[in-house]
Parts: sequence; C-alpha cells; structure tokens
Amino acid sequence: MKTVGKPVIKKDAMALVTGQPVYTDDIAPKDCLIVKVLRSPHANALVKQVVKEGAMRIPGIEAVYTWEDVPGKRFTMAGQTYPEPSPYDRLILDRHMRFVGDPVAIVAGADALCVDQALAALKVEYEVLPAVLDFRKAKDHEVLVHPEEDWRSLCPVGADNRRNLCASGSMEKGDVDKVLADCDVVVSGSYHVQAAQQTMMETFRTFCYIDTYGRLNVVSSTQIVFHVRRILSHALDIPKSMIRAVKPRIGGGFGAKQTVVSEVYPAFVTWMTKKPAKMVFSREETQTASSPRHEMEVSVKIGADKTGNIRAIDVHTLSNTGAYGEHGPTTVGLSGTKSISLYGELDAHRFTYDVVYTNKMSAGAYRGYGATQGIYAVECAVNELAAKLSVDPVKLRLDNMVREGQVMPAYYGETNTSCALDRCLLKVKDMIGWEEKYPCRELGNGKVRSVGLAMGMQSSGISGVDVGSATIKLNEDGIYTLLIGAADMGTGCDTILAQMAAECLDCPVDEVIVSGADTDTSPYDSGSYASSTTYVTGKAVEKACEKLTRQIKERACQILSCSDETLFFDGHQAKDLDTGKTVGLKEIGTASMCGNNVALQVTETHSSPVSPPPFMAGAVEIELDKETGHVEIIDYVAVIDCGTVVNPNLARVQAEGGIAQGIGMALYEKVQYTEDGKLLNNSLMQYKIPTRLDVGKIRVEFESSYEPSGPFGAKSIGEIVINTPAPALTHAIYNATGIWFKELPVTSEKIAMGLLK
Amino acid sequence: MQIRITLNGRKITEDVSPDLLLLDWVRAHGCYSVKRGCETSNCGLCTVFMEDKPVLSCSVLAVRADGKRIETLEGLRKEAEEFGAFIAGQGAEQCGFCNPGMIMNAIALFRENPEPSEEEIKEYLAGNLCRCSGYEGQLRGIQAFLAYKKGGGIQ
Repeated sequence: MKTVGKPVIKKDAMALVTGQPVYTDDIAPKDCLIVKVLRSPHANALVKQVVKEGAMRIPGIEAVYTWEDVPGKRFTMAGQTYPEPSPYDRLILDRHMRFVGDPVAIVAGADALCVDQALAALKVEYEVLPAVLDFRKAKDHEVLVHPEEDWRSLCPVGADNRRNLCASGSMEKGDVDKVLADCDVVVSGSYHVQAAQQTMMETFRTFCYIDTYGRLNVVSSTQIVFHVRRILSHALDIPKSMIRAVKPRIGGGFGAKQTVVSEVYPAFVTWMTKKPAKMVFSREETQTASSPRHEMEVSVKIGADKTGNIRAIDVHTLSNTGAYGEHGPTTVGLSGTKSISLYGELDAHRFTYDVVYTNKMSAGAYRGYGATQGIYAVECAVNELAAKLSVDPVKLRLDNMVREGQVMPAYYGETNTSCALDRCLLKVKDMIGWEEKYPCRELGNGKVRSVGLAMGMQSSGISGVDVGSATIKLNEDGIYTLLIGAADMGTGCDTILAQMAAECLDCPVDEVIVSGADTDTSPYDSGSYASSTTYVTGKAVEKACEKLTRQIKERACQILSCSDETLFFDGHQAKDLDTGKTVGLKEIGTASMCGNNVALQVTETHSSPVSPPPFMAGAVEIELDKETGHVEIIDYVAVIDCGTVVNPNLARVQAEGGIAQGIGMALYEKVQYTEDGKLLNNSLMQYKIPTRLDVGKIRVEFESSYEPSGPFGAKSIGEIVINTPAPALTHAIYNATGIWFKELPVTSEKIAMGLLK
Repeated sequence: MQIRITLNGRKITEDVSPDLLLLDWVRAHGCYSVKRGCETSNCGLCTVFMEDKPVLSCSVLAVRADGKRIETLEGLRKEAEEFGAFIAGQGAEQCGFCNPGMIMNAIALFRENPEPSEEEIKEYLAGNLCRCSGYEGQLRGIQAFLAYKKGGGIQ
C-alpha cells in the first residue's frame, strides 16, 4: 500500500503548531453576547423564586432566563443515535436542582463583567431538600432524583425513575452459581472507579448566530454535529430544518464532547434574542458541571480449577449516572461485555447491573466508556487468581484468553474474526523483561521495583447502529474533495480518512481536500465516538472511492469513445488499450464541468453488523517507596492489535496519550465530595492530571491482525488504550506491597497508610 | 490606566482596566495562539514572553506589562514553524490546543540551554500540560529537532 500504513503528517498540523485561530473561541464574532449560567449551590433543591429585576437593571444585560422561560419538553444531552437509550430527563432550565452546579438561570450580556455582576445580583430562593449522594444507597431510596411525571425512557433499558434507576438488566450463559460452586478456586472482589474527568485542554464552548435564512447556526467544540442538531431541536422545541451545527478544530474531546454540555445555553439565547451569543465554560464549570466517567463499583467473581483453567466469570456493576442519565444505560453494558469476553471458552458467565441516579454531577462518555471500569475489575481479579493459584499471570492468560476464530458469547455472540492478543501479550512480556523482573526486587533502600500487567479490549463502532458516510468528488484539477460528518478532535481522522481515499484513488494525500463536519454539507455520520471513525466511516470512504472510480472511468470512456472493457485507468490517466489514446485525470475533471451528465461525486454510507474488538496487553515496571508510598513509573510497555495500522504515528500517539490518561486515573486523579455534595476537585490545582514528570517512559508497539470487515483490515485504536494502566499498576503495587488496592486512584497516601497497617 | 506595550514588535498605547489580564489583552489584539486552559496557572497554555522570559499570561495583569516587550507565537512564526514541524512529524500536536504554550516554553528552553538532556527537557516543560499525547511524542519531536539543530539544521 502506498498511503495506508504511512506516518502521514496531519493535514492541520502546521496550523496548529503555529497557533492559528482555528478553534471555536478564536473565530466567534466579536459582538457575541456573553452567556453564563447561575449554578445551584445545593445538591437537591426546588427553586421557589428568582428575583431578576436587579440583574436586569445592570447596564449591558440583554436577557435573564429561568425555568419559567424555557420550553417544557424533556430531552437528553447524550449524543447518541435516536431513539437514545439515555432517558429524557433534562430541561434547559429546571425548577428542580439535582446537583451542586445545576443551572438555575441563564444570563446574557454585552461583556463578561456585566454578566458576572448580574449573576451576583440574582436573588434565588431555594427549598432545600435532602439529597441522595451515596450511590450504593440510591436504588429505592426515599429521595427521588427524578420524581417528575414527564420523565421518559425511550428504550427498554430497565429504567424506573420511581426507583432512582436509570437502567438495570442482566445477561448470562450457563449456570454461573453452579459452576462457581464446582470450582477449586474462586476469587471475588469489588472494585471502585471514580468519576474521572476527561480534562481535555479546551473546555466546553459554543457560539451561535442567526443566518441569512433565519436559521440558528451553532458552532461548537463537539464530536457529534448531527446529534447536536437533533438535541437542540428537542431542547428548543424548534424544527431541525431551522438548525445548522458546525464544528471547527476541537481542543480535545475524549468523549466529553459526545454530550451536548454547553450548546443549549447560547443556542437558547440566540434563538430568543436573534443575536450572536457565546458560552465558554470555565475550568471550574468543566470540572463540576459536565460529563465525566461513570463512577462504578464492579463486583467480580472468577472461578477456576486448580490447573488454572478459568471456568466462570460473574460481574455485577453498580453505576452512578449522577443527576441525569446521559450515557448511563449504555456505558454500563461495556463493563461486562468487554471484560468477560477477554476470556474464551468459559463454562458460564453472568453480567448484572444497576445504573442509579444520585444528586451528584451527571456522568457521560469518557474514552473506554464502561469497558475501562469493567476491565480494571476483571483484570485485577485475574491477577489475584494467578497469585492464589501461584501461577504466572502471563501463563494464566495465555491458557485462557480469547483466541481468533472463537465465538464470544458475552460479546453479542460475535465471532472473533481478527485477534493477535496472544502475540501482544508475549511481546509485552519480552519488552518489560517479565522473566527477570516478576514479581519484584528489593532495592535495599526502602524501595522496591515490581512489575504488573493486564489485557484489554474495546469495540470498533456500535454494531448495527453507527452510521458513517463519505462524499467524494473530483474537481477540475484532478484533485478530490472528501466531505465527512465525522469529527476530527485532534485524533487525525481527517488525515486518516484522506489516506484511505488516496489509497483507493491512487493519488497523493495532498490531493484530497477534507471538509467537515457541518450538518448542512456533510453526509450523515453518527459522529466520532465509540471508536467508530476509522472502522465505520473509513469503510464508507472506501466504498465511495470505489464508486467514484467507476464513474470517472465512465466519463473517460465517453471522452475516448471507447468501451469499459478496453479502458485502463491508473488513477492519473485513462487509456484506451485498443487505440492507445489517453486522457488525464485533470482533463476528466475539467470535462465534467462542460456538457456532462455523469456526476463525478459520490456519497456512500456504511454501517457494520459487527464490531470487531481491538486488543492490547500492557505491562508496567514501577519503583515503590515503602516509606512514602510514592510510585514512580519506570517503564510502561503496551502492544496493541488494532488491525491494520493506518497511520503509525497517529496510532502510537493515541496509545501513548491514552496510557498517560489511564495512569492519571490509576494514580493521581481524585474525585472528592463534601458531605453536602460539593465537588472539591474543581480546578487543575486540585485535580491532578499527569505532567510529563509523572508518566515515566511509555513504549508502544503494534502486533496487527487483519480484520476482513474493516477498511484495509483496520479496527479501532482510540479507546482501548486507556484500559490497561489501572489494572497493571494495581498489580505492580500488589507485587511491591502484598496489598490489593481496590479503589482508584491508588494514591501514595493510600499505599503508605496500607503499609502501616 | 494607560499602558504602553510592545506586542510582537508593534508599539501599542492604550487605556485598560486595572484588572485586565495580559492573556485577555493579547487575545484582544489578535494573538489567538494564546489559550486559556485553566484559571489557576496550572496548564501552561497561556505562556507568552515578557522581556524574553516565559510567563503565564493568565496570572499577569496587563498593567504589569507596561513598558515591556511581549511576544506571542504570532511574533515567532519562523521559529514556531521550524520547531513545530518536528512535533507534527511525530503526530504529537494532536488537538493542538496546548501546542502554542508548549512551543513558547520550548523555544525559551532552547534559547537558555541549546543542548538540554531528557531530564532537563521534562523539567523545563513540566508546567505545560497536554492531555492528548502522553508527552512521549513531544519528547521525540524535541529530540529530533535538537539533533537537527546540532547537525547544522539539515535533516
């Protein structure tokens, strides 16, 4: 292959490294109204009254809106395909405040100063209610987070607002209890993952304006333009035809921007005032009123016989969706399906779950999407099983891991069509020096070096749901334009999809212009989430380019007055093999603009009935100080099977970035609430994402399988990469201390206190 | 208050509010490379040069820059392109939002210490957060750039 598999530089790279104004706030009109919201100081309260008059009198204030001013139709902010599994439990502004940070009022004014003054001048009378803050007590609690009559669940996900249930359900194969009773060894444990924050560097932001046709234009830092259009139509109760959603460059997403976090507020202001309006979330708002990972407690039982044959896995997940149900019913599923399925040929498995509402910040989508929580729990339990059996954890996994060709009963019965997990694990073992280093060695100065490992998997798009589309057209100079509705959020999908187009069309990547994403001009795409873009949209690109090539040939045949059988086209030139006459691509493109009836533009759509999982193995070497509990990462190695690697540089950086994020979640990133339900970690001062001094050395390699259903054999890479650090580090910390820590993050403090016991 | 600042070589005299942050002032003058990633001087995205020294413009009042030279990435276009190409060469720019601040600080490092060790690089840039790259690709890019400079600027 000429282009696929090459480390092509991202199309937007030079604009980004030279600091060009390409992000939402850089291109917002200068006369935008500044939009901010007043947020509830109470975890559960009813707004009795908002006195606006003082605020309205402040010079420059354009509008103050409260629950009385907004449409009364509930919707969800989750960027999912309609009908969304997430319940319709939101209003733009509600009278009922359900977490500290829930918006009470929207204020719009000429500048930030007057808006801040107006926010301070608003007088709100609350009826403070008791709150349900402990997710372990939320189900059937006397306090209901959503007591309202018009709460709606569109899909059969086992939701019941009268029980604080956002979803519940189960799946099983075989008699798990019986098999577990029959096992020689059973390991069980409950693993607690906190609501970690995506912490993309660009906070949530959106600006809106009314265009020539009276339509609401929404320019937003989003992964999901088409879902934004639909959600705003629901929220504002206006026709979808009146809305256009566009994304400029995005300063990181990681799933955070798969939820419509900031859009509704400026959209409402612009729709009401017909004036341009902008909302930029502060970091504090982004930390306290957004869409972080679902806090989960994952309880695992794993049974094996004494030879180390894993026979049964039982997973129960309790997930905390917080005040609203965005992505609640769907994230939880992955905690079972993508953890149990790492192990093939089980006699039985069971997965049960409850997703509960609480009066904390609502959760959303974050890279890994529930799989991260489930894999952390199951991989920790497997490591504990290895310790209990006195078997090398590498051997235990090699003996039990899912293999290519196996049917995966816990993964919707899909067949594992491409899998190099065994090669990934063996390579990781070599790279980290497992034979010499496992489990640990004392350095003699109170410090100990140890290793730990874990495996992971994810999916490639949502099978039977996600839709990717591509429009490709030939222009007059023989250059192509590729229009996509997928959202490059820094991942490089514009470039990766252009590489695929260039490969199909046999042209340089530079001759493929990429444009997206814009609901008015892009072909429909669910958006960039669920590790779908390379696999699903990539296939649409492949299909579109194949069809365009056929149409280019058709036009060439007309020009050369020859038949399809004698025409040879090499991507640059078409030749009639009978006469030797040729016509170049430039001429074909130009000829398409004169007396032509063959459209040299094609749109193709793709949806996949399957979602082939990428796989990976990760291993870490740490140095742990037994006096202080400090963990220093010496070396993190990962080997990934994402099928064909479309762009090795971009895939590698995805992996390194995901691993660093996983390290942050595993060791540093704390989520702490006061007794009243106020989040303490509300700044980057308090919420410590890793710096470059905290992640050690990260080394990534690829062991590719070939996925027949993917474009050029590719699967996905975006999410899987965050799944191994938490269990691998927990394992290494056990190997250094003899203590199994079952709650993230495993801070130095916890380790030091654990060692004192 | 009236201030006189030389922004990227251009002298500007202006009345400003005493609480105006330098970050908001440079953006108001078209220097959109300067980003706000936090409000607590933790992320490094808003790094600019004041009298050739990197400072966090979110934590400097515009009036403190009175009489001083301020430079942003817009004023260092050649250096940004030359070094940035090496970050791009690794695919490590990713979303790009942290890049201007990191590149400003990296340029400051190269001026101060033209041949930094790996540890010196990490330490100098520790205040420049990045959530996309895991920092490894940035390090590879920096090291490739240093090797290129050492070789007389020939790739």
